[in-house]
Amino acid sequence: MAMERSYPAVLADRYAELAPTLAHHSVGWLNRLREESAARYRSAGLPTPRVEAWRFTNLKDLVATDFALAQALPPVALDSLPRSSLLAVNGHVLAFVNGKLRADLSTLDDLPAGVTLLPLSEALRREEGILSAHLGRVVETVENPFIDLNTALMEDGIVLSLAEGAVLDKPLHIVSIGVSTQGGDKPVAFFPRLLAVLGKNARATIFESHAGIGDGAYLSAMLSEIRLEEGAHLEHYQLQNEGRAAFHIANAYAQLAAGAVYDHFALQIGSRLSRNEVHAALLGEGARCHMNGAYLGLDKQHLDSTTFIDHAVPGCSSREVYKGVLDGQAHGVFQGKILVRRDAQQTDGHQLNRALLLSRGAEVNAKPELEIYADDVKCSHGATVGELDETQLFYLQARGIDRDSARALLIEAYVQEALDEIGNAEARLPFQRLVGGWLKSRKD
Amino acid sequence: MSLIEIKNLHATVDGNAILKGIDLTIEPGEVHAIMGPNGSGKSTLSYVIAGREGYEVTEGDILFDGKSILEMETDERAIAGIFLAFQYPVEIPGVANTTFLKAAVNARRKAAGEAEVDAMQFLKLLREKTKLLGVTDEMLKRAVNVGFSGGEKKRNEILQMAVLEPRFAVLDETDSGLDIDALRIVADGVNALRGPERSMLVITHYQRLLDYIVPDKVHVLAKGRIVASGGKELAQELESTGYAGYADTEAA
Amino acid sequence: MVGTAETLEQVQALEDRKYKYGFVTDIEMERAPKGLSEETIRFISAKKGEPDWMLEWRLKAYRHWLTMEEPDWAKLGYPPIDYQDAYYYAAPKSKDDKPKSLDEVDPELLATYEKLGIPLQEQKWLAGVAVDAVFDSVSVATTYKKKLEEKGIIFCSISEALRDHGDLVRQYIGSVVPYSDNFFATLNCAVFTDGSFVYIPKGVRCPMELSTYFRINASETGQFERTLIIADEGSYVSYLEGCTAPQRDENQLHAAVVELVALDDAEIKYSTVQNWYPGDENGVGGIYNFVTKRAACRGRNSKVAWTQVETGSAITWKYPSCILQGDNSVGEFYSVAITNNRQQADTGTKMIHIGKNTRSTIISKGISAGRANNTYRGLVKIMPKAENARNYTQCDSLLIGSKCGAHTVPYIEQRNPTAKVEHEATTAKISEDQLFYCQQRGLSEEDAVSVIVNGFCKEVMKELPMEFAVEAQKLIGISLEGSVG
Repeated sequence: MAMERSYPAVLADRYAELAPTLAHHSVGWLNRLREESAARYRSAGLPTPRVEAWRFTNLKDLVATDFALAQALPPVALDSLPRSSLLAVNGHVLAFVNGKLRADLSTLDDLPAGVTLLPLSEALRREEGILSAHLGRVVETVENPFIDLNTALMEDGIVLSLAEGAVLDKPLHIVSIGVSTQGGDKPVAFFPRLLAVLGKNARATIFESHAGIGDGAYLSAMLSEIRLEEGAHLEHYQLQNEGRAAFHIANAYAQLAAGAVYDHFALQIGSRLSRNEVHAALLGEGARCHMNGAYLGLDKQHLDSTTFIDHAVPGCSSREVYKGVLDGQAHGVFQGKILVRRDAQQTDGHQLNRALLLSRGAEVNAKPELEIYADDVKCSHGATVGELDETQLFYLQARGIDRDSARALLIEAYVQEALDEIGNAEARLPFQRLVGGWLKSRKD
Repeated sequence: MSLIEIKNLHATVDGNAILKGIDLTIEPGEVHAIMGPNGSGKSTLSYVIAGREGYEVTEGDILFDGKSILEMETDERAIAGIFLAFQYPVEIPGVANTTFLKAAVNARRKAAGEAEVDAMQFLKLLREKTKLLGVTDEMLKRAVNVGFSGGEKKRNEILQMAVLEPRFAVLDETDSGLDIDALRIVADGVNALRGPERSMLVITHYQRLLDYIVPDKVHVLAKGRIVASGGKELAQELESTGYAGYADTEAA
Repeated sequence: MVGTAETLEQVQALEDRKYKYGFVTDIEMERAPKGLSEETIRFISAKKGEPDWMLEWRLKAYRHWLTMEEPDWAKLGYPPIDYQDAYYYAAPKSKDDKPKSLDEVDPELLATYEKLGIPLQEQKWLAGVAVDAVFDSVSVATTYKKKLEEKGIIFCSISEALRDHGDLVRQYIGSVVPYSDNFFATLNCAVFTDGSFVYIPKGVRCPMELSTYFRINASETGQFERTLIIADEGSYVSYLEGCTAPQRDENQLHAAVVELVALDDAEIKYSTVQNWYPGDENGVGGIYNFVTKRAACRGRNSKVAWTQVETGSAITWKYPSCILQGDNSVGEFYSVAITNNRQQADTGTKMIHIGKNTRSTIISKGISAGRANNTYRGLVKIMPKAENARNYTQCDSLLIGSKCGAHTVPYIEQRNPTAKVEHEATTAKISEDQLFYCQQRGLSEEDAVSVIVNGFCKEVMKELPMEFAVEAQKLIGISLEGSVG
């Protein structure tokens, strides 16, 4: 008979296990928040493909895995991680291994005035006011079991807060490394949390590098809450380069006040199964959002990019470009929804999704969606899925370039279109290197 | 009786006063020109005459055949014989030029209690008018103004005027965006439509157009008022002196 | 020649401000007991003198239906339907001694058709259209059968086909839409009462447009049409379906199934104009229209084109689809869906590419006015063996007013690297500039809207056969009355 709408809530019983260890930050409101989240998650479970938002991504392998919460830091040498698997950026670094802070790998230099940047564990110990004011607020009304799972089980993460007009002098680089367990130990699961609050006209840049060590499974399930006050500008760049047996389920939710700008780019090349969700709610007039990304899949990877842009008020604009390249038996998913609410007149919303299939067995599922309730809007989406253009290939070959090189050239150009959407050239470069590396490794 | 009589016309757009007391009378068969610098209210005047929504008359009146038209809808004014050649003709995707023109012709015939024209009759009527303006059959088949060059759009406006045979036509910067050859074709088209029963108001920024469409009277509009009126020589005068002097008189 | 878009005079000749076909004919009905049960199904089957296999198939479907849930994924909201609170069979009483010619047909029935503007008389023949008119559930008159018979074409009610061409029906019925397909189609399998059957023999080009007008008449009678069209190798047929329904306050359920089969080199063109009662301005009444339409392009080089103009019904749930199985087969979907007041439409298509070099085109124009919601939902699926398959999809939405909604939900599933899928969607409104321009040329506001919307829909309208295009253009005008100003 028909499949049920939910899988059992994996890891739900871990909350009881974790609760006592949370004693050092047993703030009343936070415990209540965690307990409510845990309860909600337990009863909801995880979605099956019968749930519309998950029709292309099946969590059955994740559900079938018996995860443990990460305990002590694993004894793996971190230098086994090639630097090239991370984004090459200079800035403040907060590094986590299996979700736990590695102070020795972190460099928090002197911060400019008006900037608060610290690990979540420390913010909890200090009972920072920013937590009670903001933690959980951006996602308060959102239904998503991974939000509840993260809130229930988060142990560490990043808190970034900028006062009005403050500017983060250097980019913040969040490095999250998953180390898979060996022998008979259960695969670990960890739940990093990012809380970023930018006051009026504040500016910051955040990079995230998610990478892995070892061939085993683990689950990295980060949740980001982002609040941008009037005129604030956040550049947010994500690299998902997890271990090839890892599960990566990340959710980012941004709220934009009037005139705020959210520039986002995500590159997915790692993991066995990933789902990177990015949500932006444009809540103040004149807010702008650029939500771009690329996904490059090999072997049996399953890479899901899901985005949602909510135009809630008049006069906002959004632009979205996603490019996918799928080789081997890889499976790419792009779901992008633009919602224009009743009063959101003069909305400008454009989305483009293109994917390239390089081999038999590769697959792409796309669902670009427009939901529009205001008449004076300009919205469009375009989607194409196909192979390299034969006439272009022929043209290059006619100029003496061999077929393989011609293909590589065209694939690179194809992905470049998404990279070009990164307005900040300094941010574009490290992604370009990774894409170049991916293309090279594919040929080998 | 004067065909059109504009009396102390005041109008606002979005609460901003643009026309501040215009008086203008045009007799049957006369061609008047209104010249003026950018922002003087030229296009506003044309929209107010055509009855565009959002252009609010706060004082004064416009009489057509001695009757006020201010309470009439745009389409009622059009059927009564008022035609506006748009400065920026609007594109209507998917609607063939002929279909559109036939609908407009039939709207008039229906209002007059006449039978509607059928497609064959209409095409015949249309062909007579197209020759002069160099409008091709291919242009007639295309959707209204979609993919038309600037010159084609303006020719299309004059073709519509020729087919709809208005009694009073307002030509709003019909010369803008035209090269000299296109301008001549359009002007010839307009001149062919001059007649003892038909009046025109030619709105333009430059004197150039008036070399081809020679007006009976020229008015200068500045800051919402007519600040000077005269014969066709006034246009030439403006060509050498510019609008600066007129803008100054309104500075206070 | 008069172009389809050049019929504005007809658009303007609209005198009826309200739903033109809102009247009820009083004819004595012979009804099955109210409600749905195996007993009802046996009653229907017996009434129609069906073969045993048909009854068994119906019962199998019914038993399966009992295990199914009503789908909830569409963007539609309506009160729960009580499937036991409806009659599943109603037939004009004269059915027992079926009329041999039009003279024998109930005059009141003929008068109804007259009002509907279906001339069953000679002029229709001159227009080259044969009409299989369905009054509620039973076909009562089929004209010009002879002319078709000469070519070996079978065009009759599905009840007749079951009697006279049982093997043909048995071979194909349920082969495109299986009895277990979906909630509404399965219900239809169990209780369908009548519909049309068409068979075009090998190499025959059907000499006229085949046309069926459906009409729901009896209050509370669910309408379950079943249509089966088979185009044998190298044949061609163009089929027209049009609907009107009388004004009622009760919601009426309609769950039709249409199956098309195109064999090698065959082509079927299926055109629909749907203007069933949409409910009043407040959303009271109106037809609930849950339709399963699917074509199997089974043969090499076969082609099916669906064209639909959907202006009626309170709820429309409809996805005319093509299974492109034969190599080089072609599927096309051209749709105009107009919703006004409180209407809701969730409609689109599925193009399933299985064979090599299969091609599909989707052009959808959704117009939303009043407080209506209009959703395009479409699936393009490229299977691994569909070498060089191509799809092009264009979805345009037009919003009139700020209380309505327009939604686009395309699904693309691509599993062949040599195939190419392209999708484009835009949304727009009727600009004030356009309205002003039209009005300055003398068109009233409503005519201006009608002209602009017809222009917006042109790519679809030009796919309609001429007879339909005129009616469809009028309907667009009628459907949007009162939507501006």
